[in-house]
Amino acid sequence: MEVGDLAVIRQVQAGDRDAFRTLVERHSRTVFRLAYRMTQNEQDAEEVVQETFLRAYKSIDSFESRANFSTWLCRIGINCALTLMSQRKPSQPLSGTDEDGEEYEIQVPSTDPGPERRVLSGEVRDRVAKAMSQLSAVERTAFVMRHFEGRSIEEISNVIDIKDGAAKHTIFRAVQKLRRVLEPLGGYAL
Amino acid sequence: MSHLNEEELIQHYYGDEQARPANEKHLDECETCRAEFARLEEMLGAISDAPIPERGGEYGTEVWNRIRAHLPERQRRGWFDWMVQPRGWAVAGALAALLIVAFYLGRISRPEPQSPTAKVEDKDRKVLLVALGDHLDRSQMVLVELSNLPKTGEVDISQEQQRAQELVASNRLYRQAAVRNGDNDLAAVLDELERVLVDVSHEPSQLNGEEMASIRQRIESKGILFKVRVIGSKVRNDERRPGTQDSPVSRSSSRQTI
Repeated sequence: MEVGDLAVIRQVQAGDRDAFRTLVERHSRTVFRLAYRMTQNEQDAEEVVQETFLRAYKSIDSFESRANFSTWLCRIGINCALTLMSQRKPSQPLSGTDEDGEEYEIQVPSTDPGPERRVLSGEVRDRVAKAMSQLSAVERTAFVMRHFEGRSIEEISNVIDIKDGAAKHTIFRAVQKLRRVLEPLGGYAL
Repeated sequence: MSHLNEEELIQHYYGDEQARPANEKHLDECETCRAEFARLEEMLGAISDAPIPERGGEYGTEVWNRIRAHLPERQRRGWFDWMVQPRGWAVAGALAALLIVAFYLGRISRPEPQSPTAKVEDKDRKVLLVALGDHLDRSQMVLVELSNLPKTGEVDISQEQQRAQELVASNRLYRQAAVRNGDNDLAAVLDELERVLVDVSHEPSQLNGEEMASIRQRIESKGILFKVRVIGSKVRNDERRPGTQDSPVSRSSSRQTI
């Protein structure tokens, strides 16, 4: 029978470093997906995964049994992703004109996609990445948590520390911006 | 017929709107909104379908192999180690608080004391007030220190975290005692304080400027520091005042809405 997360956490808290392996093996793919959605970049996502587990290990004594480990880890992962994104200098600004005739710039991640990424439906991913790069850190966090992770408004507002109404509005703004970038490209048969 | 606006359509997509049945009915009847909603669904569906790089079943092991060398050894805890760990102190603090609260509740649940026992009653009340006042002072210090940490660069909050962890358990007991005594104002402040303390405990111990700003914002936005100060000073005033038969926690806050 699989031992629950809480029992494993207790082992780690009691000094069993290797017990942490179970948590890493169990949650790595989820953290990677979240990290990739946040950073839109494979190398950055890998870095976020590593940093997330390192931070989780160092802070595991502060984990309380009433919390959900996955949610706790998700919160650390989002913080790591935001930290890394703030360190990355954007480049390749694309300019355009929005529906009000105002000029805007699209910031895309500076890391070169590389051949592997291009093979994996690179064009599709780049379009979404460009759209996602239009979002502020808060908008991106709220959108990723709601759209990809299916988290509730309450969970999102807790992570970002805003009120429920503000969380809903942030998601609305995020979707609005995504539409503004993706709709002119037309044809969503991605 | 007024159409659904973009925000309503987006909320409908995620099932977040309150007027869901009404909006569903409207979408059934309104071709314009239905078409707009279909466009939105198509775009959001496309974002969902955008591929992400695959990670196989061995990915977790790969991550473990990458990080294991960077994980510091953890000290195995015996009974004595447990006692000197922050968690041990937190439990000890909580037990002390529990004893004080239980002792006090035992006293006030007795029939109305006669004059000779009133002095004893007053001493009990003061014991609780001193303990509560001390708890509020220590909480205030943690909040002040967190608010004053450097605003840039990497900051280590492990010490503040340890103290926050120690305070969480006692805080819970004081809050429950306040609820039991019907002191809703004090209970509400202790509830807010507990949330902040738990949040701080759950943060990583190394924070960057942005994360620190988020903690500061959490403390400041709820005015929790101010509320703890007000309650703390009222408790201290009550300590000095001759006793009455009211609940001390109730007397300490019910005359002023925080």
